[in-house]
Amino acid sequence: MQIHISAGSPQSIYRQIADQIRQAIVSGNLKVGDAVPSVRQLAKELAINPNTVAKAYSELTRDGILEGLSGRGCVVASRKNVFSKAERVRRLELVLDSLVSEALTLGFSYDEIQERLVKRFEKIGPE
Amino acid sequence: MLNDLAISAQGLTRYFGDRVVVDQLDLGVPRGSVTGLLGLNGAGKTTTLRMLMGLLTPTRGQSQLLGKDSQQLTAEDRARIGYTVEGHFLYSWMTVRQSEKFQRETFPRWNNAMFESTVRRFGIDPGQKIRVLSRGQRAGVSLALTLAAEPELLILDDPALGLDPVSRAALNETLLDFCNEGMRTVLLSSHLLDDIERVVDRVLVMVHGRLVVNTTIDDFRNRISSWSLEVPPASRAIQAIPGLVFAKQRGGRTIVTVADSDAETEAAMMRIGADSLERLPITFGEAVIAYLSQSRASDSFFANTGA
Repeated sequence: MQIHISAGSPQSIYRQIADQIRQAIVSGNLKVGDAVPSVRQLAKELAINPNTVAKAYSELTRDGILEGLSGRGCVVASRKNVFSKAERVRRLELVLDSLVSEALTLGFSYDEIQERLVKRFEKIGPE
Repeated sequence: MLNDLAISAQGLTRYFGDRVVVDQLDLGVPRGSVTGLLGLNGAGKTTTLRMLMGLLTPTRGQSQLLGKDSQQLTAEDRARIGYTVEGHFLYSWMTVRQSEKFQRETFPRWNNAMFESTVRRFGIDPGQKIRVLSRGQRAGVSLALTLAAEPELLILDDPALGLDPVSRAALNETLLDFCNEGMRTVLLSSHLLDDIERVVDRVLVMVHGRLVVNTTIDDFRNRISSWSLEVPPASRAIQAIPGLVFAKQRGGRTIVTVADSDAETEAAMMRIGADSLERLPITFGEAVIAYLSQSRASDSFFANTGA
């Protein structure tokens, strides 16, 4: 997978990296057990401060998305839920709130939103 | 913990005549970090760096580099510190290789590979005469000469000034590469906010000789927020928003940038903006510019009142 970052974005660079890795995992571009580039390697490739990459990786590790193998960098962790059911629901609600209010503000109907959601799910969700 | 600091300053102050150029600067730069020093021209960045290097005596206060008093640095101390300024002196009749030989004689350590890889990165052939190099390439030679001595601490005064985009990229890569080895510390001043966002761990912002921001880049981003209110910016109430950094008009609305926004800040904005309060995304560059614009605004304020 190729990570692209840009400076001068409202999203911090570490957030851009973390989001792209999450995205690559849900879309299947990165599979369980796949290695991600080492901190040094990715920092060099993107010409950014290594601590920025390390911060993205440590967030993903904390959330159970990556796991560190001693001396061999990080790999995509097998799907496990580090969050409690309540916490997962809370996080989902947050995203849904902003999705629904944004979509309604843009003038989409319930049916249109639902239709697009299904399509999107088919595109990037698990098979 | 003092030993974990590569650079420290306590109450560092410098007057030129009756004008204060650096005002009570307290500073601690951790070893192994890359720190960006930002500020408008005339904010006191160069004066600060010159005092840190012991090239200028402070009016009051003191500073230390690698634990040594800036004003008492010995030749051995200086060999551990790299310092470059814009227009670093190079003999234009020498080749790049000759200037390397000339320079290395004055340093106890010399990393050939570092010199070589740095000049190559700037697209320079060491056989070339300095005279024929572009401005960006000359900066590359200066940087290579400084880095080859393997300093533990690198202080760069506006190294990106006047560089073309290719040389800028080469500068960023060189700095990152340099820091990849060991606990090396870099302090650089710059106006290139996108480049700073890429390479630094920590941010310092100077306004009128005072240090107004001194934290990690993530903390800085987290603490700054931007809001849109449906009122004219001249409103007195806006100036009273807690944590206000800068307010400007955009269309019929006022864009407010605040630091450390909390419930009180939001309540103050709600009172002014009624229900039109809207949080806006903000980039690192916009956050820095809010601080720098504030300083411009207060300039004109003082000018108006004749103070």
